[in-house]
Amino acid sequence: MTRKQRRLVLIGTSLGVLAIAAALVLGALRDSIVFFNSPTDVVEKHQPPGTRMRIGGLVKPGSLQRGDNLLVQFAVTDGKTDIPVRYQGIVPDLFREGQGVVAEGKIEPNGMFAADTVLAKHDERYMPREVVDALKQSGRWQEGEAKGSGSAVR
Amino acid sequence: MMPELGHYALVLALALGLVQSVAPIIGARTHDAALIRLANSTALMQFAFVAVSFAALVICYVTSDFSVITVFENSHSTMPLIYKFTSVWGNHEGSMLLWVLILSLFGALVAGFGGNLPAALKAHVLAIQSWIACAFYLFILLTSNPFLRLPQTPFEGRDLNPILQDIGLAIHPPLLYLGYVGFSIAFSFAIAALIEGRIDAAWARWVRPWTLTAWIFLTLGIAMGSYWAYYTLGWGGFWFWDPVENASLMPWLAGTALLHSAVVMEKRNALKVWTILLAILTFSLSLIGTFLVRSGVLTSVHAFANDPTRGVFILAILVLFIGGSLALFASRAPALKQGGLFAPVSREGALVFNNLFLTTACLTVIVGTLYPLALEAITGEKISVGAPFFNLTFGPLFVALMFAMPFGPLLAWKRGDLLGVAQRLMSALAIGIVAVAVVFAVEGGQSVLAPFGVGLALYVMVGALIDLLERTGLFRLPLATVRARAAGLPRSAWGTAIAHSGIAISMLGIICAATWGTERIVAVKPKQTISLSGYDLTFEGLVQRPGPNYSAVVGTFTMRSNGAVIGVMEPSKRSFSARGMSTNEAALMTRGASQLYLSLGDANNDGSVAVRLYYKPMVMLIWVGAVVMMLGGALSLSDRRLRVGAPKPAARSTLAPAE
Repeated sequence: MTRKQRRLVLIGTSLGVLAIAAALVLGALRDSIVFFNSPTDVVEKHQPPGTRMRIGGLVKPGSLQRGDNLLVQFAVTDGKTDIPVRYQGIVPDLFREGQGVVAEGKIEPNGMFAADTVLAKHDERYMPREVVDALKQSGRWQEGEAKGSGSAVR
Repeated sequence: MMPELGHYALVLALALGLVQSVAPIIGARTHDAALIRLANSTALMQFAFVAVSFAALVICYVTSDFSVITVFENSHSTMPLIYKFTSVWGNHEGSMLLWVLILSLFGALVAGFGGNLPAALKAHVLAIQSWIACAFYLFILLTSNPFLRLPQTPFEGRDLNPILQDIGLAIHPPLLYLGYVGFSIAFSFAIAALIEGRIDAAWARWVRPWTLTAWIFLTLGIAMGSYWAYYTLGWGGFWFWDPVENASLMPWLAGTALLHSAVVMEKRNALKVWTILLAILTFSLSLIGTFLVRSGVLTSVHAFANDPTRGVFILAILVLFIGGSLALFASRAPALKQGGLFAPVSREGALVFNNLFLTTACLTVIVGTLYPLALEAITGEKISVGAPFFNLTFGPLFVALMFAMPFGPLLAWKRGDLLGVAQRLMSALAIGIVAVAVVFAVEGGQSVLAPFGVGLALYVMVGALIDLLERTGLFRLPLATVRARAAGLPRSAWGTAIAHSGIAISMLGIICAATWGTERIVAVKPKQTISLSGYDLTFEGLVQRPGPNYSAVVGTFTMRSNGAVIGVMEPSKRSFSARGMSTNEAALMTRGASQLYLSLGDANNDGSVAVRLYYKPMVMLIWVGAVVMMLGGALSLSDRRLRVGAPKPAARSTLAPAE
């Protein structure tokens, strides 16, 4: 093989691998990403039931109910709209009424949000950024309410 | 006094850094030996001054000097001494000081151990190293000064984030930074080569040990971070594809590619331009990682605070160094002479394949990490890209890479015999296929991926060892001969085989824990028993137990296997009054390579308490594999060929097989 042919083989293989990777990335981006919505978004955008998404806001004070088998029900609010959420399992340590929360799951036909993951903020100084933005959107956020808003969600 | 001393020392380090940024380059131009030698002293003194600065900050923390803002915000007088010490870097300002401490350490190491480098190359490397250092000294002094004081000294500090009050903080960040920052040396060498317009096999021989050192630390740092997250977050996950984790994985992937391409360059004088580019990219990814983690653009446990000026400053550093180095690369790289020729099927070809797949895999991680940020900046839509994305993109690429891995070391340089190598790998392939069949049969055909993964891991493991087996003649020759051959084998050959089997070990652990792990999330009352995977845990009750700066609720569980008591597991929840936070301390019970993992949830009104119990088969293999990889790297590093200055090994030992 000449130097030129070798280079062609090399470039051809590289482009092939990159094309495969690009196809994988595009396919995965279509199927596996999850959009974040505030409770108001959920209502206004008329998301079809069964769409996987994340919602974030505050746990509405007085809405928390515990049932059998570690069932937890609460409402997520951005001050304008409330979305009822159902979750089976152990909620994070810092999950409390009036505090920020992010839930991932699906909207059911009856409007209930069935969460399979619940994330709360990581310490008392911070709030999940998505929650801050959702509250800002609905006008329920005062600057200085929490110093520094970037922190942990998990 | 102490904070001012530390502040002053850091300013002096900056002044020395500025001198070192310019003087050696002028010296190299004008052949002024005194100016060139100056860089040695300034590099050593820079390290000394940063060390003084760091020590001053340590003293502020250890003596709980709450007049210093960062100490006030991140420490508490009742914290155990070890956490007072580690909280030095448990915050943004201190961790940046640790960053520059390690950066100046590497600069000093080049100055101290680079005695046999050509004078001009060394001068350039030290100058470039100093450019990076100056940028970060300025960053600290202008935006993140850890020595700022409060007008009035508070009586008590605000305490360190309880999640960070763990031995993991003593281990994970320093190791990770040694890796991140270690790649700066490869970067400086690459830029120096571009400025000088000269690069040869000797260059690769100088760069490789530094890259390997950084890679070893980064491997260990990532693994320790993963183990820390595993035991501290309470649900037993070991990798989350969190952007912050990806930030450390990206330089690791690029650095691994760099290690391999540097081999080609050193041995065959080929792939020069590519190696230079990889060296630039690897450190650029380290910088991007630092930016992502430190600027607050990401929401994660690692974002200590969110200050826009810091983000902008790091972004400016990023643009300056990445943009500048790539521009220099574009203008100078075409002038570099092309090296040795090789056929597509050859050791070089295999290493190119390795590089292709590693960099492409790295690219998919970059896309998955940055796409949400870009999308939010452009459209305002917020999305999260999680494990499914990376499983679908990174996964297949890595499988292809693993499949090809055993072929590399068996192929000959220049022109290899693919069929011959395939024949030599028959036994590995056979073991892999048998493993697939056995696992598939035992599992009853529940999944296809897991048996395939186990088979692939075993194939890689055996394939990595075949090279050693053949070259030492084990099972074929008398033991004495084998021993002599093993001693005569270059350490880098051992290193390769061991590091490659380390990857396979980690992969085995990931597959087993992810596929056959079991879990139970239940509420238990005292004296109730939970059973999982052949283990029975009896809940004995909750007790309060005070700690130094927290109070803990401890659950006691007696663990039985087939009726015999094998131990007690005590998961707890700690509440830290200073911050009103609590942390979850999972109890771990290691059985062989598997673990039982128990963490406490909320206590209910009826006296029951929620618990999560996980059985994680073979989970320890994940981190054992990483340590094995690291050992392989360390062995390779000790190869005399790489000890800078060691002459090329003369003739091979007569016992080594003729190749």
